[in-house]
Amino acid sequence: MPVISAAGLARTFPTKRGPVEAVRSVDLTVQEGEILGFLGPNGAGKTTTLRMLTTLLAPTGGAATVAGHDLATDPAGVRRACGYVAQSGGVDPQITVREELVTQGRLYRLPKARAVERALELAHDLGLTQLLDRKAGALSGGQRRRLDIAMALTHRPKVLFLDEPTTGLDPGSRADLWDLVRRLRDEQGTTVFLTTHYLDEADALADRLVIVDRGTVVAEGTPSALKLRHGGSIDATLQDTFLAITGRGPAPADAAPVAV
Amino acid sequence: MLIQDTALIYGRYLRQSLRSRFALLFGVLMPLLYLLFFGPLLTDLPLGGKGSSWQVLVPGLLLQLGLFGASFAGFAVIIEQSQGVVDRMRVTPVSRLALLLGRVLREATVFVFQAVLLVLAALAMGLRAPLPGVLIGFAFVGLLTVSLASLSYALALKVRTPQEFGPAVNAMTMPMMLLSGLMLPMTLGPRWLDVLSHFVPFRYLVDAVRDAYVGAYATEHMLYGTVVAVLFAALAVTVGTRVFRGAGA
Repeated sequence: MPVISAAGLARTFPTKRGPVEAVRSVDLTVQEGEILGFLGPNGAGKTTTLRMLTTLLAPTGGAATVAGHDLATDPAGVRRACGYVAQSGGVDPQITVREELVTQGRLYRLPKARAVERALELAHDLGLTQLLDRKAGALSGGQRRRLDIAMALTHRPKVLFLDEPTTGLDPGSRADLWDLVRRLRDEQGTTVFLTTHYLDEADALADRLVIVDRGTVVAEGTPSALKLRHGGSIDATLQDTFLAITGRGPAPADAAPVAV
Repeated sequence: MLIQDTALIYGRYLRQSLRSRFALLFGVLMPLLYLLFFGPLLTDLPLGGKGSSWQVLVPGLLLQLGLFGASFAGFAVIIEQSQGVVDRMRVTPVSRLALLLGRVLREATVFVFQAVLLVLAALAMGLRAPLPGVLIGFAFVGLLTVSLASLSYALALKVRTPQEFGPAVNAMTMPMMLLSGLMLPMTLGPRWLDVLSHFVPFRYLVDAVRDAYVGAYATEHMLYGTVVAVLFAALAVTVGTRVFRGAGA
């Protein structure tokens, strides 16, 4: 029983220049405890897909279930089962770490005393204990990301969605974040669904990759299977594999041009 | 659930307001300037109503405070949207109505507080009005700010950029102010202007508060004012909640 399954998931935005199909049709399944790397060029529909799977955006077509809850008929069930960290995070820079964590617990309907307790647990787990009384705006990039993730873990979700979690982080903070994601999966069995533009990150972290382009899934598999199938050899870089799949960038050297 | 959620959101934003005490006082500046520099011009003019010119002007200034203040409330949510705070709250099970109500009740609290300051200043300038009437005036300010702040949030989540939001709100509030008789009673003007102003909902609120300030509580103005204010609030909160449910997209 997959923890996420989507079939024909689609979203069209009406604009002044006619409808734009941000996501045409996404089919995917994610197994429990999997770390899934969701890749694609800018504008491929990654964030829109994530926003649909987390109930932020209603699909205009298709269906999906998250942790057994149907997106269309049981959005409240989906919200209880998943945590989400947007690219921009989601904390007010003027508010202290402690207040944000406690408020988040209350938003997930924990009683007050329990929310305070949970804030301390989360701060401890994510190395924020020393920073509890600091304003969110005064944290470093890596600390901010850990706070964003702590907020998303408040209710111990089965599925954690991370939208470009390491964009803008220094190498040390990125490595810390990778460890954190692995630990979450290993210790809690959390399924992690993450988007990234860093292919080394996808290679190192993800059990399986799903590559989207122009609003639809164009390839999926383990990093090595994709390299073998699309990059020509198991030793191909994921960068070349990615470019071969999405058809962007220079053509491979040995490929004869079909038309000029 | 709804009450707890609303209290939680309300508390968060009220603390935010208390952190910026300067902004809290600054909002009352514009109506205060009208009171100081425009009010004295009216004292000897025949305004057609019962009571003194202050009993005509102060109700208008109270609603002007609500009209201009609450209409721009949406700026805050544009900032929150870009910080990701709106989405972060929307992925939790929290009630969508509470996400709106908690925020607009904060606005109502801030503007009623400013209204109290304004009335205190007006008392010093020479206003004399019955206490129940003054309290009724605050209730109208509260209802009006709930309505306008709801619509303002809805608009802000739809347009998404301050560059679009500011001019759009200005374009709506200026004619509203001029046509509702906030400054001077519309009955002073030509017939066509008086008729036109009846299509602006605030006209009914202003008339009701002016009646309250002269101690006339069981009047036709009061009835219409109450009905319009309550219907407008119900409509605005419904629209606002719908937009929070879909967050504009």
